[in-house]
Amino acid sequence: MTPDRATSLIQERFGLQAAGAGRSLTLEQLPPERWVEFFAFAKDTLGCRFFSFLTAVDWKEQGLEVVCRVENLDDGVGIAAKTRLGAEARCPSLTAIYRGADWMERECYDMFGVRFDGHPDLRRILLSQDWEGHPLRKDYAIDTPHAPYR
Amino acid sequence: MEVKPPVPQIPSPVWSEFKDLQEWEKLHQERPEGDKASSLAEKIFDTIEHFPGGWIAVASTEKLFNWARKSSIWPVTFGLACCAIEMMATFASRFDVERFGMVTWASPRHSDLMIVSGTVTIKMAPMLKRIYDQMPDPKWVISMGSCANSGGPFRHGYHVVKGVDRVVPVDVYVPGCPPTPESLMFGILKLQEQVAEFQKTGRRAELSPKTG
Repeated sequence: MTPDRATSLIQERFGLQAAGAGRSLTLEQLPPERWVEFFAFAKDTLGCRFFSFLTAVDWKEQGLEVVCRVENLDDGVGIAAKTRLGAEARCPSLTAIYRGADWMERECYDMFGVRFDGHPDLRRILLSQDWEGHPLRKDYAIDTPHAPYR
Repeated sequence: MEVKPPVPQIPSPVWSEFKDLQEWEKLHQERPEGDKASSLAEKIFDTIEHFPGGWIAVASTEKLFNWARKSSIWPVTFGLACCAIEMMATFASRFDVERFGMVTWASPRHSDLMIVSGTVTIKMAPMLKRIYDQMPDPKWVISMGSCANSGGPFRHGYHVVKGVDRVVPVDVYVPGCPPTPESLMFGILKLQEQVAEFQKTGRRAELSPKTG
Protein backbone atom coordinates (compact mmCIF):
# COMPACT_ATOMS: atom_id res chain seq x y z
CA MET A 1 0.00 0.00 0.00
CA THR A 2 1.53 3.25 -1.16
CA PRO A 3 0.16 6.73 -0.40
CA ASP A 4 -0.82 7.19 -4.05
CA ARG A 5 -2.69 3.89 -4.09
CA ALA A 6 -4.47 4.82 -0.85
CA THR A 7 -5.43 8.23 -2.23
CA SER A 8 -6.93 6.71 -5.37
CA LEU A 9 -8.82 4.06 -3.36
CA ILE A 10 -10.32 6.75 -1.10
CA GLN A 11 -11.21 8.88 -4.14
CA GLU A 12 -12.89 5.89 -5.75
CA ARG A 13 -14.95 4.88 -2.72
CA PHE A 14 -15.72 8.19 -0.97
CA GLY A 15 -15.26 10.81 -3.69
CA LEU A 16 -12.95 12.86 -1.45
CA GLN A 17 -9.45 14.04 -2.27
CA ALA A 18 -6.98 13.20 0.52
CA ALA A 19 -4.46 15.98 1.03
CA GLY A 20 -0.97 15.67 2.42
CA ALA A 21 2.59 15.15 1.39
CA GLY A 22 4.72 12.04 1.68
CA ARG A 23 3.33 9.14 3.66
CA SER A 24 0.93 11.13 5.80
CA LEU A 25 -2.54 11.77 4.35
CA THR A 26 -5.26 14.06 5.67
CA LEU A 27 -8.91 13.70 4.81
CA GLU A 28 -10.92 16.83 5.53
CA GLN A 29 -14.70 17.19 5.73
CA LEU A 30 -15.66 13.56 6.04
CA PRO A 31 -19.41 13.48 6.79
CA PRO A 32 -20.24 12.00 10.23
CA GLU A 33 -22.55 9.41 8.62
CA ARG A 34 -19.59 7.86 6.79
CA TRP A 35 -17.21 8.05 9.79
CA VAL A 36 -17.49 4.41 10.81
CA GLU A 37 -17.62 3.24 7.22
CA PHE A 38 -14.40 5.08 6.44
CA PHE A 39 -12.46 3.57 9.33
CA ALA A 40 -13.72 0.07 8.61
CA PHE A 41 -12.46 0.64 5.07
CA ALA A 42 -9.15 2.04 6.34
CA LYS A 43 -8.61 -0.98 8.56
CA ASP A 44 -9.62 -3.69 6.11
CA THR A 45 -8.65 -2.31 2.71
CA LEU A 46 -5.84 0.13 3.47
CA GLY A 47 -4.37 -2.04 6.22
CA CYS A 48 -4.33 0.72 8.84
CA ARG A 49 -4.53 -1.54 11.86
CA PHE A 50 -2.78 0.80 14.30
CA PHE A 51 -5.03 3.30 16.04
CA SER A 52 -2.87 6.35 16.74
CA PHE A 53 -5.10 8.92 18.41
CA LEU A 54 -8.53 10.51 18.47
CA THR A 55 -9.21 14.03 19.66
CA ALA A 56 -11.38 17.06 18.95
CA VAL A 57 -11.01 20.71 17.99
CA ASP A 58 -13.42 23.44 19.01
CA TRP A 59 -14.00 25.86 16.13
CA LYS A 60 -16.48 27.98 18.13
CA GLU A 61 -19.47 28.88 15.90
CA GLN A 62 -18.49 26.33 13.26
CA GLY A 63 -18.89 23.51 15.73
CA LEU A 64 -16.69 20.74 17.01
CA GLU A 65 -14.41 18.73 14.79
CA VAL A 66 -13.27 15.22 15.62
CA VAL A 67 -9.84 14.18 14.38
CA CYS A 68 -8.67 10.60 14.24
CA ARG A 69 -5.45 9.15 12.89
CA VAL A 70 -4.76 5.54 12.03
CA GLU A 71 -1.60 4.06 10.59
CA ASN A 72 -0.45 1.19 8.46
CA LEU A 73 2.78 0.27 10.22
CA ASP A 74 3.87 -2.28 7.63
CA ASP A 75 4.03 0.27 4.81
CA GLY A 76 4.38 3.43 6.88
CA VAL A 77 1.21 5.10 5.64
CA GLY A 78 -0.83 7.22 8.04
CA ILE A 79 -4.29 8.70 7.48
CA ALA A 80 -5.88 11.42 9.59
CA ALA A 81 -9.58 11.99 9.03
CA LYS A 82 -11.63 14.92 10.27
CA THR A 83 -15.35 15.32 10.63
CA ARG A 84 -17.44 18.33 11.57
CA LEU A 85 -20.22 17.69 14.07
CA GLY A 86 -23.55 19.44 14.31
CA ALA A 87 -24.87 21.50 17.20
CA GLU A 88 -25.67 18.39 19.24
CA ALA A 89 -22.03 17.25 19.08
CA ARG A 90 -22.85 13.63 18.39
CA CYS A 91 -20.40 11.36 16.65
CA PRO A 92 -20.49 7.65 15.85
CA SER A 93 -18.16 5.55 17.97
CA LEU A 94 -15.16 3.66 16.56
CA THR A 95 -14.96 1.20 19.46
CA ALA A 96 -16.41 -1.62 17.35
CA ILE A 97 -13.46 -1.31 14.95
CA TYR A 98 -10.58 -0.22 17.20
CA ARG A 99 -10.50 -1.23 20.87
CA GLY A 100 -8.02 1.59 21.47
CA ALA A 101 -10.70 4.13 20.67
CA ASP A 102 -12.48 3.36 23.93
CA TRP A 103 -10.45 5.52 26.32
CA MET A 104 -9.69 8.15 23.67
CA GLU A 105 -13.40 8.69 23.11
CA ARG A 106 -14.00 8.82 26.84
CA GLU A 107 -11.32 11.50 27.15
CA CYS A 108 -12.81 13.38 24.21
CA TYR A 109 -16.21 13.23 25.89
CA ASP A 110 -14.64 14.36 29.16
CA MET A 111 -12.84 17.39 27.74
CA PHE A 112 -15.07 18.43 24.83
CA GLY A 113 -18.45 16.89 25.54
CA VAL A 114 -18.64 14.96 22.30
CA ARG A 115 -21.29 12.26 22.67
CA PHE A 116 -20.14 9.06 20.96
CA ASP A 117 -23.07 6.97 19.82
CA GLY A 118 -22.50 3.28 20.35
CA HIS A 119 -19.76 3.63 22.95
CA PRO A 120 -20.14 0.88 25.56
CA ASP A 121 -19.16 2.92 28.63
CA LEU A 122 -19.25 6.63 27.96
CA ARG A 123 -18.36 8.39 31.21
CA ARG A 124 -15.64 10.75 32.42
CA ILE A 125 -12.14 9.30 32.50
CA LEU A 126 -9.79 12.02 33.87
CA LEU A 127 -12.00 14.46 35.77
CA SER A 128 -14.13 13.45 38.73
CA GLN A 129 -17.59 12.17 37.97
CA ASP A 130 -19.33 15.17 39.56
CA TRP A 131 -17.51 17.73 37.39
CA GLU A 132 -19.66 20.28 35.61
CA GLY A 133 -18.91 21.34 32.06
CA HIS A 134 -16.21 20.34 29.60
CA PRO A 135 -13.01 22.31 30.24
CA LEU A 136 -11.33 22.26 26.84
CA ARG A 137 -14.27 23.88 25.09
CA LYS A 138 -13.75 27.50 24.13
CA ASP A 139 -16.84 28.63 26.04
CA TYR A 140 -15.57 27.17 29.32
CA ALA A 141 -14.66 30.35 31.21
CA ILE A 142 -11.19 30.62 32.75
CA ASP A 143 -11.19 30.41 36.55
CA THR A 144 -14.56 28.67 36.68
CA PRO A 145 -15.11 28.13 40.39
CA HIS A 146 -15.13 24.55 41.54
CA ALA A 147 -16.30 24.19 45.12
CA PRO A 148 -14.97 23.84 47.74
CA TYR A 149 -11.34 24.46 46.83
CA ARG A 150 -11.46 27.62 44.76
CA MET B 1 -19.26 33.25 28.78
CA GLU B 2 -21.08 30.56 30.67
CA VAL B 3 -20.56 26.96 31.57
CA LYS B 4 -23.01 24.63 29.97
CA PRO B 5 -24.95 22.47 32.39
CA PRO B 6 -23.92 18.82 32.40
CA VAL B 7 -25.91 16.64 30.07
CA PRO B 8 -27.40 13.58 31.74
CA GLN B 9 -24.88 10.79 31.58
CA ILE B 10 -24.54 7.20 32.62
CA PRO B 11 -24.70 7.26 36.43
CA SER B 12 -21.63 6.00 38.22
CA PRO B 13 -20.42 6.13 41.81
CA VAL B 14 -19.38 9.58 43.03
CA TRP B 15 -16.13 9.26 44.91
CA SER B 16 -17.20 11.68 47.65
CA GLU B 17 -19.97 9.27 48.57
CA PHE B 18 -17.37 6.56 49.02
CA LYS B 19 -17.63 5.30 52.58
CA ASP B 20 -15.24 2.98 54.25
CA LEU B 21 -12.54 4.55 56.39
CA GLN B 22 -14.13 7.98 56.34
CA GLU B 23 -16.92 7.05 58.76
CA TRP B 24 -14.45 5.36 61.03
CA GLU B 25 -12.14 8.36 60.99
CA LYS B 26 -14.99 10.73 61.80
CA LEU B 27 -15.80 8.68 64.85
CA HIS B 28 -12.22 8.72 66.06
CA GLN B 29 -11.50 12.38 65.39
CA GLU B 30 -13.96 13.55 67.99
CA ARG B 31 -12.66 13.20 71.50
CA PRO B 32 -14.58 10.50 73.36
CA GLU B 33 -16.60 11.81 76.30
CA GLY B 34 -15.07 9.55 78.91
CA ASP B 35 -11.52 10.75 78.15
CA LYS B 36 -10.45 10.85 81.80
CA ALA B 37 -6.71 10.73 81.30
CA SER B 38 -6.35 13.96 79.39
CA SER B 39 -8.79 15.88 81.57
CA LEU B 40 -6.88 14.65 84.64
CA ALA B 41 -3.60 15.84 83.13
CA GLU B 42 -5.15 19.23 82.40
CA LYS B 43 -6.41 19.44 85.97
CA ILE B 44 -2.95 18.66 87.36
CA PHE B 45 -1.33 21.26 85.10
CA ASP B 46 -3.91 23.87 86.12
CA THR B 47 -3.32 23.16 89.81
CA ILE B 48 0.46 23.44 89.48
CA GLU B 49 0.20 26.63 87.44
CA HIS B 50 -2.04 28.36 89.98
CA PHE B 51 0.13 27.26 92.91
CA PRO B 52 2.47 30.11 94.01
CA GLY B 53 5.66 29.78 91.97
CA GLY B 54 4.26 26.85 90.06
CA TRP B 55 4.51 28.65 86.72
CA ILE B 56 8.28 28.13 86.78
CA ALA B 57 7.81 24.38 86.75
CA VAL B 58 5.15 24.58 84.00
CA ALA B 59 7.20 26.94 81.85
CA SER B 60 10.33 24.81 82.06
CA THR B 61 8.36 21.64 81.32
CA GLU B 62 6.77 23.30 78.31
CA LYS B 63 10.16 24.46 77.11
CA LEU B 64 11.42 20.90 77.37
CA PHE B 65 8.41 19.57 75.46
CA ASN B 66 8.77 22.22 72.76
CA TRP B 67 12.46 21.48 72.41
CA ALA B 68 11.62 17.79 72.06
CA ARG B 69 8.95 18.57 69.47
CA LYS B 70 11.12 20.79 67.32
CA SER B 71 14.08 18.41 67.46
CA SER B 72 12.16 15.43 66.13
CA ILE B 73 9.85 16.62 63.39
CA TRP B 74 8.96 13.65 61.28
CA PRO B 75 7.63 14.61 57.85
CA VAL B 76 5.18 12.39 56.02
CA THR B 77 6.44 11.83 52.49
CA PHE B 78 3.95 13.59 50.24
CA GLY B 79 5.67 14.39 46.95
CA LEU B 80 3.27 15.55 44.26
CA ALA B 81 5.40 16.90 41.41
CA CYS B 82 8.88 18.10 40.48
CA CYS B 83 9.36 19.85 43.85
CA ALA B 84 9.46 16.36 45.32
CA ILE B 85 12.82 15.81 43.59
CA GLU B 86 14.29 18.77 45.49
CA MET B 87 12.62 17.47 48.65
CA MET B 88 14.26 14.08 48.14
CA ALA B 89 17.60 15.81 47.57
CA THR B 90 17.07 17.63 50.88
CA PHE B 91 16.43 14.35 52.64
CA ALA B 92 19.41 12.64 51.04
CA SER B 93 22.94 12.53 52.36
CA ARG B 94 24.32 15.75 50.85
CA PHE B 95 21.96 18.11 52.65
CA ASP B 96 20.95 15.59 55.28
CA VAL B 97 18.07 16.95 57.33
CA GLU B 98 18.47 14.03 59.69
CA ARG B 99 20.80 16.26 61.69
CA PHE B 100 17.67 18.31 62.53
CA GLY B 101 16.09 15.13 63.82
CA MET B 102 13.88 14.67 60.78
CA VAL B 103 13.10 11.17 59.61
CA THR B 104 10.90 10.79 56.56
CA TRP B 105 8.11 8.48 57.45
CA ALA B 106 5.73 6.77 55.06
CA SER B 107 2.80 6.83 57.47
CA PRO B 108 0.74 9.87 58.47
CA ARG B 109 -0.09 8.24 61.81
CA HIS B 110 3.45 8.79 63.10
CA SER B 111 4.17 12.14 61.48
CA ASP B 112 4.19 15.74 62.68
CA LEU B 113 4.80 17.58 59.43
CA MET B 114 3.48 17.41 55.89
CA ILE B 115 5.63 18.98 53.15
CA VAL B 116 3.25 19.62 50.25
CA SER B 117 5.68 19.65 47.35
CA GLY B 118 4.03 20.24 44.01
CA THR B 119 0.83 21.12 42.21
CA VAL B 120 -2.32 20.21 44.07
CA THR B 121 -5.07 19.30 41.63
CA ILE B 122 -8.74 19.39 42.51
CA LYS B 123 -8.82 15.62 42.21
CA MET B 124 -5.86 15.21 44.59
CA ALA B 125 -7.03 17.75 47.20
CA PRO B 126 -9.46 15.42 49.04
CA MET B 127 -6.74 12.79 49.42
CA LEU B 128 -4.34 15.43 50.74
CA LYS B 129 -6.97 16.56 53.25
CA ARG B 130 -7.53 12.97 54.28
CA ILE B 131 -3.84 12.33 54.92
CA TYR B 132 -3.67 15.59 56.87
CA ASP B 133 -6.65 14.49 58.96
CA GLN B 134 -4.95 11.17 59.68
CA MET B 135 -1.94 12.89 61.25
CA PRO B 136 -2.03 13.21 65.05
CA ASP B 137 -2.04 16.67 66.66
CA PRO B 138 0.02 18.80 66.93
CA LYS B 139 0.79 18.89 63.21
CA TRP B 140 2.38 21.36 60.83
CA VAL B 141 2.36 21.93 57.09
CA ILE B 142 5.06 23.37 54.83
CA SER B 143 3.86 24.53 51.43
CA MET B 144 6.80 24.05 49.09
CA GLY B 145 7.08 25.80 45.73
CA SER B 146 4.97 28.20 43.71
CA CYS B 147 2.35 25.62 42.79
CA ALA B 148 1.54 24.70 46.36
CA ASN B 149 1.69 28.34 47.47
CA SER B 150 -0.65 29.82 44.90
CA GLY B 151 -1.12 27.51 41.91
CA GLY B 152 2.01 28.87 40.27
CA PRO B 153 2.20 28.72 36.47
CA PHE B 154 -0.90 26.48 36.43
CA ARG B 155 -3.02 28.94 38.43
CA HIS B 156 -5.54 29.50 35.64
CA GLY B 157 -5.81 25.85 34.71
CA TYR B 158 -9.23 24.32 35.16
CA HIS B 159 -7.98 21.56 37.46
CA VAL B 160 -5.60 23.32 39.87
CA VAL B 161 -6.24 24.36 43.46
CA LYS B 162 -5.01 27.94 43.82
CA GLY B 163 -2.84 27.32 46.82
CA VAL B 164 -2.81 24.43 49.24
CA ASP B 165 -3.89 26.80 52.04
CA ARG B 166 -7.38 26.43 50.64
CA VAL B 167 -7.28 22.77 51.63
CA VAL B 168 -5.17 22.61 54.83
CA PRO B 169 -3.77 25.35 57.10
CA VAL B 170 -0.16 26.15 56.17
CA ASP B 171 2.56 27.23 58.61
CA VAL B 172 5.51 27.98 56.34
CA TYR B 173 5.49 28.93 52.66
CA VAL B 174 8.72 28.22 50.75
CA PRO B 175 8.88 30.17 47.47
CA GLY B 176 10.70 29.00 44.35
CA CYS B 177 10.04 26.96 41.25
CA PRO B 178 11.26 24.56 42.49
CA PRO B 179 12.89 25.77 45.72
CA THR B 180 16.46 24.66 46.18
CA PRO B 181 17.24 22.32 49.06
CA GLU B 182 18.79 25.31 50.85
CA SER B 183 15.46 27.17 50.63
CA LEU B 184 13.57 24.20 51.96
CA MET B 185 16.05 23.81 54.81
CA PHE B 186 15.60 27.49 55.64
CA GLY B 187 11.84 26.89 55.71
CA ILE B 188 12.34 23.91 57.99
CA LEU B 189 14.48 26.01 60.35
CA LYS B 190 11.76 28.69 60.36
CA LEU B 191 9.25 26.01 61.21
CA GLN B 192 11.46 24.84 64.07
CA GLU B 193 11.40 28.40 65.44
CA GLN B 194 7.61 28.34 65.27
CA VAL B 195 7.44 24.96 66.96
CA ALA B 196 9.74 26.21 69.74
CA GLU B 197 7.21 28.95 70.52
CA PHE B 198 4.15 26.82 69.87
CA GLN B 199 3.06 26.01 73.41
CA LYS B 200 3.79 29.59 74.54
CA THR B 201 1.66 31.39 71.99
CA GLY B 202 -0.77 28.63 71.08
CA ARG B 203 -1.19 30.33 67.70
CA ARG B 204 -1.88 28.03 64.79
CA ALA B 205 -2.07 28.50 61.07
CA GLU B 206 -5.46 29.03 59.50
CA LEU B 207 -7.13 28.18 56.24
CA SER B 208 -7.21 30.74 53.44
CA PRO B 209 -10.28 32.99 53.68
CA LYS B 210 -10.89 32.33 49.98
CA THR B 211 -11.87 28.73 50.63
CA GLY B 212 -15.29 27.71 49.51
